[in-house]
Amino acid sequence: MTEKYETHEHDVLVIGAGGAGLRAAIEALAQGASVGVVCKSLLGKAHTVMAEGGIAAALGNVDTSDNWRVHFGDTMRGGKLLNNWRMAQIHAQESGDRVRELEQWGALFDRTADGEILQRAFGGHTFRRLCHVGDRTGLEMIRTLQDRGVHMGIDVYMECAVTRLFKNGNRIAGAFGYWREQGRFVVFKAKSVVIATGGIGKAWQITSNSWEYTGDGMALAYDAGAELMDMEFVQFHPTGMVWPPGVQGILVTEAVRGEGGTLTNKSGERFMQRYDPEKMDLSTRDVVARAIYTEVKEGRGTEHGGAFLDISHKPAEYVKRKLPSMYHQFLELADVDITKGPMEVGPTCHYMMGGIRVDAETSESTVPGLFAAGEAAAGLHGANRLGGNSLSDLLVFGRRAGLAAVASARSAPAVSLDPAEIDEAARELLRPFERADGEDPYGIHRDLQEKMQSLVGIFRVGEDLKRALAEIARLKERAARVRVEGSRLFNPGWHLARDLKSMLTVVEAVTRSALERQESRGAHSRLDYPKPDAAWERKNNVVVRDGEAMKVTQSPVAEMPEDLKRLLSNQSGGGTLPSTPSPQTT
Amino acid sequence: MTEAILRVFRGGPEGGAAVDYRVPVAPGMVVLDALHYVQGHLQPDLAVRWNCKAGKCGSCSAEVNGRPRLTCKTRLDSLPLDQPVTVFPMKAFPTIKDLVTDVSWNYRVNRKIPPFSPRPGVAWKMYQEDLDRVQEFRKCIECFLCQDVCHVLRDHDKKEEFGGPRFFVRVAALEMHPLDGGSRTRLLKDELGIGLCNITKCCTEVCPEDIHITDNAIIPLKERVVDDFYDPVGRFLRRLLGRS
Repeated sequence: MTEKYETHEHDVLVIGAGGAGLRAAIEALAQGASVGVVCKSLLGKAHTVMAEGGIAAALGNVDTSDNWRVHFGDTMRGGKLLNNWRMAQIHAQESGDRVRELEQWGALFDRTADGEILQRAFGGHTFRRLCHVGDRTGLEMIRTLQDRGVHMGIDVYMECAVTRLFKNGNRIAGAFGYWREQGRFVVFKAKSVVIATGGIGKAWQITSNSWEYTGDGMALAYDAGAELMDMEFVQFHPTGMVWPPGVQGILVTEAVRGEGGTLTNKSGERFMQRYDPEKMDLSTRDVVARAIYTEVKEGRGTEHGGAFLDISHKPAEYVKRKLPSMYHQFLELADVDITKGPMEVGPTCHYMMGGIRVDAETSESTVPGLFAAGEAAAGLHGANRLGGNSLSDLLVFGRRAGLAAVASARSAPAVSLDPAEIDEAARELLRPFERADGEDPYGIHRDLQEKMQSLVGIFRVGEDLKRALAEIARLKERAARVRVEGSRLFNPGWHLARDLKSMLTVVEAVTRSALERQESRGAHSRLDYPKPDAAWERKNNVVVRDGEAMKVTQSPVAEMPEDLKRLLSNQSGGGTLPSTPSPQTT
Repeated sequence: MTEAILRVFRGGPEGGAAVDYRVPVAPGMVVLDALHYVQGHLQPDLAVRWNCKAGKCGSCSAEVNGRPRLTCKTRLDSLPLDQPVTVFPMKAFPTIKDLVTDVSWNYRVNRKIPPFSPRPGVAWKMYQEDLDRVQEFRKCIECFLCQDVCHVLRDHDKKEEFGGPRFFVRVAALEMHPLDGGSRTRLLKDELGIGLCNITKCCTEVCPEDIHITDNAIIPLKERVVDDFYDPVGRFLRRLLGRS
């Protein structure tokens, strides 16, 4: 080793400080474990902060017929039954307690007239179920968790990125990373590691995701031998901003439609009538995204290639109160006053249903001691996620991962790290500085985003997917020769050079899985196989590393117990939605 | 296509200099887009913090043409482009590199503030009319622009004795939470130095979330401190009525 590095030791190392990572850390701390949390950004800036519409929990505060069974049914139907049924059950049963707990830690949700947590309608949810704070629910959630964690004495390694996981034999043993600020290296010894690094959307051109969303956790787990699952299911949120160019992809919350906003094409037609006459604008995200894409493709789009989304029929004060950040976002960035006229919206890459395959009860991956929760994990959402089920996912499975990680750490032997492996991890990071010639990382990233957008987007074709694999192979060769200018001091070019490696691993998994699944289901739409195929109805794609090659196999979806099957055969799920949801507060 | 000249600070704790970059301007472009253009095409190691690019995370704070702003919400077409657009790091915090500053002091202040402490046996009911004023404070995205512009921190660097507007907003959210039973007036007076604020309202002016920091948070908190520590009649009455 040519240089010194610092070493830290924890029972549990949590990678990622969004909702799932913080909730895992809080639970592990509460069990008396030593916990470290590593995050690429400053604390409180993780993706959770951008969540807008709300957190799904069947509290029944507004629609009293709601209960976990209906929530379970909605989640399974939204996921086209590819979900892990046990995760969907646990999620529906525990999300209420997790929301109430947040309130007891200081979160302030909007209220009903009788002083309870207010809930709003959202796509695919039978009842008004989303607990919310205007359209800044994620901010409320992350600030509450952050302050809770800070006062419990959490050790946070801010602006620190993990680039490699270490194992002792089969079991996880620690991680290697660098401080973004100074570029120095850091080694973590840990008996358990929880991956809570979120998604992969930065590999697409039009995305609601930030620079952090490069699939690091999934790629780290894959490299450590863990299985990934459902990687073909990438959620394109139907409503991102489309104009002006600089804001393209920025999220427009589904709460606009939850509060009564309607979608129309350039002729003023409410086109959702043709795609889902029953649920209309509040159909599931996969359906609405495809509908808008199709309207534009067939020439019925708006001037800038989107659809109109209009909430201006509601009183201006109501819109400003319930959708304040949308109001400001459009006024300041697009010169549109949404209380007076429509927004222009179109699909944007938003969320990854797939990820690290985990055990439903413990969130443990197929590598002992390695756990995953939140967007980085697969299973809960199946082929399509319902809005609002992500924030609840973070809390329910973040807590469970934290608990199980402590239990696992307590029975684990002491860890020791191999200096040669540490040395290799350090050398790998320094290579881009040593190359006399080579390519700039930004150009490779732009090409990757362009290829994924055009070849592995909302609608897919076998030929495109094969071309995408060839392109990814070429991009990997280019990334292997990437050259970085400047020093190790806060150098975004260097950071991107490393993130490219993660992105290229996960996009290959997405593309290979998408090629395998020769049918259309949920968020995965194949133009060459436009219908669902019974042969694929009960199969998940599983991706695993086989030497240097990536292998995709199929694994049967676990059979649901009879009592849960009966819940699903009852389409109404035990109640019906009032035809016009009325706001509870003014 | 029109062009803008971005005059960006390049350097570190030991100093540095502004460097000019020519950037093509697209409709609706914001300063952060221009910085990304510089990174992606001209200066790959330019250090900038950002996350959401939508005014929700508070990461991309800097001083644009001398004014503390979120670069993701500052449109180029709102600035005079016949002269260079200057982008400098926040002045109140030590520069790490280029536009990235060391804001860790803020996280240390936050740790001093006792968390939400519900009154024992409280019923978990709250009404919207009681929450409105607290929810205003909860909008804070921790961009630290209020800290940057506050002269107690910016010009007098009293970080050891003063908490700054961000943390008065945080304390106000706790003190005015309808179910909170704690009192943080001694902390405000002794450790966060609220008396040093002479309500010039600079913080309110730069807040991208339009929080009325001075009127709704700082002044009511100052009144509470006065009630608890500088009001002998009130103090006598409270003692008489058995309240400490």
